[in-house]
Amino acid sequence: MPKKKTKTKKSSNKTVKGQLGKKKETAREKMIGQTIGYRYDVNLLPDYSKITPFLKKYIEAMGWDDLNWLEDVHMGYEDDRPAVFDRNANGWVTIPKKIKLPNNQQDRDMIARELLVKFQMSPNHPLVDLKKAYRKF
Amino acid sequence: MANIKTNENKTKAQSMGLHSEVLTGKTQQKFFNPDEAENFYYWGTYDVDFNKRIDLDVNDLDCKEANKKIDELMSQGYGTIVIKNPQGKHSLGVGVLNKLNLIFEGSLGYFGVGSIDGPTVRINGRVGWSCAENMMAGKVVIEKNAGSCFGAAVRGGDLICKGSVGARTGIDQKGGTIIIGGDAGAFTGFMMQRGRIIILGDVGINLGDSMYDGIIYVGGKIGSFGSDAVESPMTKSDVDWIKRKLKVAEIGENFDISKMTKVVSGKKLWNYDALEPTEKKGAI
Repeated sequence: MPKKKTKTKKSSNKTVKGQLGKKKETAREKMIGQTIGYRYDVNLLPDYSKITPFLKKYIEAMGWDDLNWLEDVHMGYEDDRPAVFDRNANGWVTIPKKIKLPNNQQDRDMIARELLVKFQMSPNHPLVDLKKAYRKF
Repeated sequence: MANIKTNENKTKAQSMGLHSEVLTGKTQQKFFNPDEAENFYYWGTYDVDFNKRIDLDVNDLDCKEANKKIDELMSQGYGTIVIKNPQGKHSLGVGVLNKLNLIFEGSLGYFGVGSIDGPTVRINGRVGWSCAENMMAGKVVIEKNAGSCFGAAVRGGDLICKGSVGARTGIDQKGGTIIIGGDAGAFTGFMMQRGRIIILGDVGINLGDSMYDGIIYVGGKIGSFGSDAVESPMTKSDVDWIKRKLKVAEIGENFDISKMTKVVSGKKLWNYDALEPTEKKGAI
């Protein structure tokens, strides 16, 4: 039987420097000598020179000396859109198209941290309804 | 919502009834609103002032009464609470979801300051098993030694022990940083999934056994590597970050970071590549 030809679809996504999964080995993967199987590199240490003014204010308000829990927050993706994972809502928070993201993963991570803090502290956060319903004291 | 669909091409395991269904569908999706107001605190938390200080003697209180009293004081705006006579009681200071300076003048028993989200805690004594278990955010500093399962399942924040810790430190760790000024016991970083552990002293056998991901930095001798834990070269970003963290932890000022050993997962036991479809990776 003659073999059927299969058409391969070309991806319309732009290639971003340091992006996971675009090439077989990204620069980061080459550096650490491992394949990154997640939506972001969980071991990427934050570059504090990229910190935003909002995050500085947040750290000061909480009485901490550094990013604290936000060190584990990174920009990932959901449904082919940039997104940040909200551990409190157990879901991905998608970044609107009108927010332009830089090419550098460290800068993107700082934006993800800022957006996540704003989302979690918002009265529209899904946890607010849960708290109203189930809070014991 | 996830749907369930039947898989027609059954493998041997499936035909034996081990896997008869495949879950498909999206995770819940929320869209960020860029016009959110600037706010640093969770809804429903107390507005406390760090300069408003009070002492609380828990000598005659059980842990439930003491924890309720801490909540009551926060509701009155106290931002610095000093706990007197904790006397090794279990489960003290758990579930604080507020910014707060919490100081314990003495030692804690099992499961101290667990499930906290935000406070800065200082314990001027020792702690028992599973201190700061499931911690979400904040900073905990222990001046002396800690028991086993120190920082079990920590999800975020900084957990610092200036002395030595027992076995299974950072077991099932899911984020955050654990810093140990002294030595650590066997099975440190057992099954850790992400996050970072810094040990300035020696560490026991089976370091990082079955770790999925994350990083462990060791300053002293390593008893033995656990299954799938491998050494990795230190980079400049590692050194810069550790320097910063040790300053935050107020320990190891003159410690030679360049001589530390970095341990990561070899990814032979666990590999999640198959769970992330390649086409989904090219999003940003």
